[in-house]
Amino acid sequence: MSKTGIGAPVRRLEDHRFITGAGNYTDDVNIAGQAYAAFARSEHAHASVRKVDASKAMKVAGVVAVFTGADLEKDAIGPLPAGWMIHSKDGSPMNAPGHPCLVQGKARYVGDPIAVVIGETQAAARAGAEALEIDYDVHEAVTDMMKTASSPIQLHDGAPKNTCYEWELGDKAATAAAFKQAKHVTKLQIINNRLVPNAMEPRSAVGDYDSGTGVSTVYTTSQNPHVARLVMSAFLNVAPEHKLRVIAPDVGGGFGSKIYVYPEEVVCTWAAKKVGRAVKWTAERTESFITDAHGRDHVTTAELATDERGKILALRVHTTANLGAYPSLFATCVPTYLYATLLSGQYDIPAIYAEVDAVYTNTVPVDAYRGAGRPEATFVVERLVEVCARELGIDPATFRKRNFVKKFPHQTPVIMMYDAGDYAASLNKACDIIDYKGFGKRKREAARRGKLRGIGFSTYIEACGIAPSAAVGSLGAGVGLWESAEVRVNPTGNVEILTGSHSHGQGHETTFAQLVSERLGIGIDQVSIVHGDTDKVQFGMGTYGSRSGAVGMTAISKALDKVEAKAKKIASHLLEAAEADIEFKDGAFSVSGTDKKVTFPEVALNAYVAHKFPSSEIEPGLKEGAFHDPANFTFPAGCHICEIEIDPETGVSEVVNWVAVDDFGIVINPMIVEGQVHGGIAQGVGQALLERAVYDDSGQLVTASYMDYCMPRADNLPSFKVDTTVTPCPSNPLGIKGCGEAGAIAAPPAVINAITDALGHENISMPATPQAVWQAVRKGMAKAAE
Amino acid sequence: MYEFAYHRPNSVRKAASLTASGEAKLLAGGQTLLPTMKQRLAAPDALVDLAGIEVLQGIELKGRTLHIGAMTRHADVASNATVREALPALASLAGGIGDPHVRAMGTLGGSIANNDPAADYPAACLGLGATIVTNKRRIAADDFFTGMFETALEDGEIITKVLFPLPRRAAYAKFDNPASRYALVGVFVSKRGRDIRVAVTGAGPCVFRVPAMEEALGRRFSPKSLEDISVDAGDLNSDIHASAEYRAHLVGVMARRAVLAT
Ligand SMILES: Cc1cc2nc3c(=O)[nH]c(=O)nc-3n(C[C@H](O)[C@H](O)[C@H](O)COP(=O)(O)OP(=O)(O)OC[C@H]3O[C@@H](n4cnc5c(N)ncnc54)[C@H](O)[C@@H]3O)c2cc1C
Repeated sequence: MSKTGIGAPVRRLEDHRFITGAGNYTDDVNIAGQAYAAFARSEHAHASVRKVDASKAMKVAGVVAVFTGADLEKDAIGPLPAGWMIHSKDGSPMNAPGHPCLVQGKARYVGDPIAVVIGETQAAARAGAEALEIDYDVHEAVTDMMKTASSPIQLHDGAPKNTCYEWELGDKAATAAAFKQAKHVTKLQIINNRLVPNAMEPRSAVGDYDSGTGVSTVYTTSQNPHVARLVMSAFLNVAPEHKLRVIAPDVGGGFGSKIYVYPEEVVCTWAAKKVGRAVKWTAERTESFITDAHGRDHVTTAELATDERGKILALRVHTTANLGAYPSLFATCVPTYLYATLLSGQYDIPAIYAEVDAVYTNTVPVDAYRGAGRPEATFVVERLVEVCARELGIDPATFRKRNFVKKFPHQTPVIMMYDAGDYAASLNKACDIIDYKGFGKRKREAARRGKLRGIGFSTYIEACGIAPSAAVGSLGAGVGLWESAEVRVNPTGNVEILTGSHSHGQGHETTFAQLVSERLGIGIDQVSIVHGDTDKVQFGMGTYGSRSGAVGMTAISKALDKVEAKAKKIASHLLEAAEADIEFKDGAFSVSGTDKKVTFPEVALNAYVAHKFPSSEIEPGLKEGAFHDPANFTFPAGCHICEIEIDPETGVSEVVNWVAVDDFGIVINPMIVEGQVHGGIAQGVGQALLERAVYDDSGQLVTASYMDYCMPRADNLPSFKVDTTVTPCPSNPLGIKGCGEAGAIAAPPAVINAITDALGHENISMPATPQAVWQAVRKGMAKAAE
Repeated sequence: MYEFAYHRPNSVRKAASLTASGEAKLLAGGQTLLPTMKQRLAAPDALVDLAGIEVLQGIELKGRTLHIGAMTRHADVASNATVREALPALASLAGGIGDPHVRAMGTLGGSIANNDPAADYPAACLGLGATIVTNKRRIAADDFFTGMFETALEDGEIITKVLFPLPRRAAYAKFDNPASRYALVGVFVSKRGRDIRVAVTGAGPCVFRVPAMEEALGRRFSPKSLEDISVDAGDLNSDIHASAEYRAHLVGVMARRAVLAT
């Protein structure tokens, strides 16, 4: 391993810029003559907008213009589309009404943008927005996903029963038959709580229009600028693709919430052309709470069938998924192909059947959030498995091992073909590190201090590296999910990598450079990573679903193969040897069996000088591109174990011990990977113990600030013990599986399994707040007294 | 935020005359006032910043009474050697308010003038029998906190300092609201001669004392004395973080823990 190559824990190159305040975020972009946008948003969860009277607003000093949905309609600016077609069980296509960027007719959630006011200053724009007179016809709202299908309240004309689809996956009859034979059935009601993503940087957009060239430019907080450009041109008619430049500069976290195209960036781009000046908008925090796509929000009934020895025979779920008021860009695939396809977990389950009803409510749209579907699946499977083991009186680790998939490749009954893994290895290692055998002693010691101590397992699996294009196409995706890369070698031998991946916290500028360093034998300081600008990078599918390593880096690797091949040709001329005799190692080309060599930078220079090879055979220059379409998903998996201590008097749960043993395949930078695991666990613990979005019956978001929405903080978490096992991923040459979401996927069931263990098997919903745990303790005490 | 005029007087008298007219507001640490202005929920014409007035600063022990200026920041109370020695319960209460940023800016005067039902200082003032000194008069803590976000202060009246009589024993037990880290329930307990006080914040609309607990502790100052005493959930707050019943339960737990910690 070289000092900066694959596997080296080098410090992140981008961090100096970030922690010294030298980053360049969208809100840092200022364009001469720029105006500001403020959005007037619906105060009601469900209301027809009869009229927007702008006469007072236009008189406010500094107000430049006011636009409403009617103005968008006039310019044929389309609604935001759903990008993934799902068919219901009966074969009918989903009901997916578009989301107008400014309300046309009805507002369907609190925060739905009704009008935009453009002002000379931010203050003028806001004052203008307050001065708008909006005449509402207020309708009753429905916020409860379990009531919406039977509610007389209709959100959309095109979606009867407020239902997007009623979908199924798996073999219903075979599953029912297995349940009939079963000796034991475990059944659970599971709520997967609604979360607000809370990226550190709020969303922001600066739209600009150049009347000379006719090019619109938008700087925006996006995880995938090319997809944003495609959607804005092909579906929304904002500008043709070649006249639209989307730049996502430094982006301060996304967690999925910045994958989608939102109304504000569309409106800023369009309005810039209307008013002839750049238009900037940056969300305030509460605005983020009521407009960023939320995550999760499932209600599930789940059942697991086993034989008398605890061998799993079948699994069956019925899930209701809340999509919010509109189907956001990827929302429809999250509770289907990103969820039910993972219901086999790490287990060999002969029959699985899943039904998913996706419904609309008068709430913020729900879409992918760190893990997207896979945390929901893992929570279902790992809760079922744990409870089942306890009911059968089998040690939960033993129960899991008995049911693990052991032979690969393994075809699950729910589409996925697991390619490699060693689930027992990570479970065993985690048990060793946490000293599972010593748990009883720790529990007794805690009891002496008045604490209830519990232990919880989570042996999770996820599907990352999304995704093989033809496969997702056959399942309804509107796009392919390959990635592109270009390697530009400069005459002086340093390298620019242009990638369609987008870094918003992941550290690509470091890890991608490590790959180049490894391959070309140059230092990581000789590499720069160019991303996030549609004028620089030809195309890309962006970053989400832990795909940048497995898919994005593989594209880079393929382009590097081509660079190396061409450089070899040039080197053979420089060294006056046959190409077949040239070896490339440690940054130098040599003639095998001799000490004749030439360094990579010398070859680069010669490629551009082009004096020493016949340019009739070899083109000058050294620049290669590649597209990579993955052959399969990747399957990171692992085992997290957590120990919790509960104060029975107050109900406070403290996470006191955490071991994570993950199999991410080949690891590029162990330090970055560990950071990703830490962050993921923090979010998972947040979901399990602290976070939830709460709507009241009228559709107001009660938890619209940090006073009421509880984010995990450092003192909520212990020091994690993080380790890995390695089975290289067979479907990409680097052996990478991906690590970005694992923590958030693994953590919630580990926490709830530990709490229920401590409480003596009470089922408890997330978040397990002190009050909820206290109530469970009291119920347990009442039961014991009976 | 709307536009406003900004004044920074150097005396209490000037501050009082600046606030006498119109819609001016006193500005202390700004930790409550500025966020409400940013959210455009408050729109004073003018802010009168008290930070330039020296007499409002400082901590001094005079005999058995601790004097703390209204503009003293939470961080200074928390770290001050005199407070830590003479009234450690107050130092640790101040050190448990919000986060380091809030403690570096927020002030004693601002906190009690605001009288947030979940704030910590009101529990200390009531739980220690403090006296609130203003530019006009002295007000006993028992008379000062009159309701939710309400105090005995008249318009334009300025708190200059708070006098804390030193107890023989005192402690504060706080159960944090997990999200805001304000007090979901906080109980301040003190004993000074025969004056025993149990003051509760966070649980109800305004800080309050629990006479039944005070009497029981008067008989025997021990956590055991509180075991059978409960407060009536009917008077307590209920919200997404905690039901009134849970808060009532926590009052008992925190009171016992405070007594144990004295
Ligand atoms: C994130 C966060 C967390 C917090 N957590 C806690 C917590 O855990 N516990 C807690 O107790 N508090 C908490 N606070 C509140 C904080 O401690 C401040 O004490 C409180 O905001 C008010 O003090 P201030 O000095 O900032 O007053 P300001 O915000 O400046 O003023 C508040 C009000 O008091 C008036 N006022 C100020 N000084 C005087 C005076 N001398 N005389 C008369 N009127 C005056 C002002 O006009 C205004 O109406 C938190 C605040 C924040 C922002």
